[in-house]
Amino acid sequence: MQDFLELFAEYAPLFVDATWVTLRLTAAALLMAMVGGALVAALAMSRVRPLRWLATAYIGLVRGTPLITQIFIIYFGLVAIVTLPAFWAGALALAFHNSAYIAEIFRSGFQAVPRGLTEAARSLGMSRAKTLKRVQAPLALRTTLPVLGNQYIIAVKDSSLVSFIGMTELFQTSRNMAASTYEPLTAYIVVAIYYLVIVLALTALVSWLEHRLSAHRRPAAA
Amino acid sequence: MSEQTTRPVVRMRGIVKRFGGTTVLDGIDLDVHEGEVVTLIGPSGAGKSTLLRCVNGLERIDSGTIEVDGEQLSSTEKGLNHLRSRIGMVFQSFNLFPHMTVMDNLTVAQREVLGRSSDEARQRGAALLERVGLGNRADAYPDHLSGGQQQRVAIARALAMDPAVMLFDEPTSALDPELVGEVLDVMRTLADEGMTMMVVTHEMRFARRAADRVVLLADGGIAEQGPPEQVLDHPTSDRGRAFLQQLAEH
Repeated sequence: MQDFLELFAEYAPLFVDATWVTLRLTAAALLMAMVGGALVAALAMSRVRPLRWLATAYIGLVRGTPLITQIFIIYFGLVAIVTLPAFWAGALALAFHNSAYIAEIFRSGFQAVPRGLTEAARSLGMSRAKTLKRVQAPLALRTTLPVLGNQYIIAVKDSSLVSFIGMTELFQTSRNMAASTYEPLTAYIVVAIYYLVIVLALTALVSWLEHRLSAHRRPAAA
Repeated sequence: MSEQTTRPVVRMRGIVKRFGGTTVLDGIDLDVHEGEVVTLIGPSGAGKSTLLRCVNGLERIDSGTIEVDGEQLSSTEKGLNHLRSRIGMVFQSFNLFPHMTVMDNLTVAQREVLGRSSDEARQRGAALLERVGLGNRADAYPDHLSGGQQQRVAIARALAMDPAVMLFDEPTSALDPELVGEVLDVMRTLADEGMTMMVVTHEMRFARRAADRVVLLADGGIAEQGPPEQVLDHPTSDRGRAFLQQLAEH
């Protein structure tokens, strides 16, 4: 235990730096994936059949192949065309991957909005866009938030695979630690603690958001 | 009734509506005049709700023309939105926006569609809530209200747009029996104040007391129409007699 604590403390500065890399990487990827996911969901719900096919093909391809393969293909493929820092190659690969899952989450959220509410908005004269903004999107967000939070957690942990294209994020830092201390078990337990703290913080954030957005479902204040 | 002297607020000609291979409405002609209260009755599946939903374009008609307040129901998105803002609609299942307070339900379309200021919209909303007897529930969420209260809010929400005509699609069918009265009271007051109304209902008492005209739909057409006492007490058509016979048996 003494040894573990000493090693933990010794490596703390490296892991804290790496935590920021992991957080920035995941945040950049998820921001892009939210936009990408919204676009793909829009395609999937489009009235134009070929656009729906396109979305189905994309989602099928992403979900049917390993993330590590996608990371390698995007990294080596993109590097052949443009010079791209590993950070952005990794973020793009994670965004490409998460867009497919988030698209499906968005689609299920929109389909869960009762049709009567959309009809009510339209019958008040609200345009398609205003109905989307004021009724469909807010309600879809409320129903999808728990599932979205789940996807964010998966994305944080999946970002460890970006270590394979040479990024010194959390997981790569633990591999370096294992190599230089000859204590692989300690190194991987240390990194597990960092991931756990990130995920717990993220879970708390999502719960807080859920609570804030569900005022309408709680019993009225007396 | 002075049907000849007042202009029709709703004018329907040759309305045909099909769902797949089934013809639900088969060439309906119907005028609703200013200040008139028309109730649509008939057996289920007769197309009463469908006809109502055609008036504000929630259902697209396969042929025929509909004019509301002198304007033809257009097929363009913009024209349709404009006309819908002049047509109030009240649904069987209330359809209040669950994530908004009662006041926000009443003001959102006033602001987004009519471009009213927030203050103006709230003033109008507060006045209407007062009118439907819910002046103290502005900050409540719909889930915290009873069904009858929710439906009264839904009526206020539609009225906030200052509609030329109000459509009611079985407004009391989803309510517990003891809550029906409060909604019918609001509707009766509205009728007395001269609002033009089209009401699909199974409430024969409402039809009898508040309607100027009862229209009986059956088999995709108008089987019979006229003042309530005529249609409800002395139907002349076979379909009318059969329907009222059925009602009497319950």
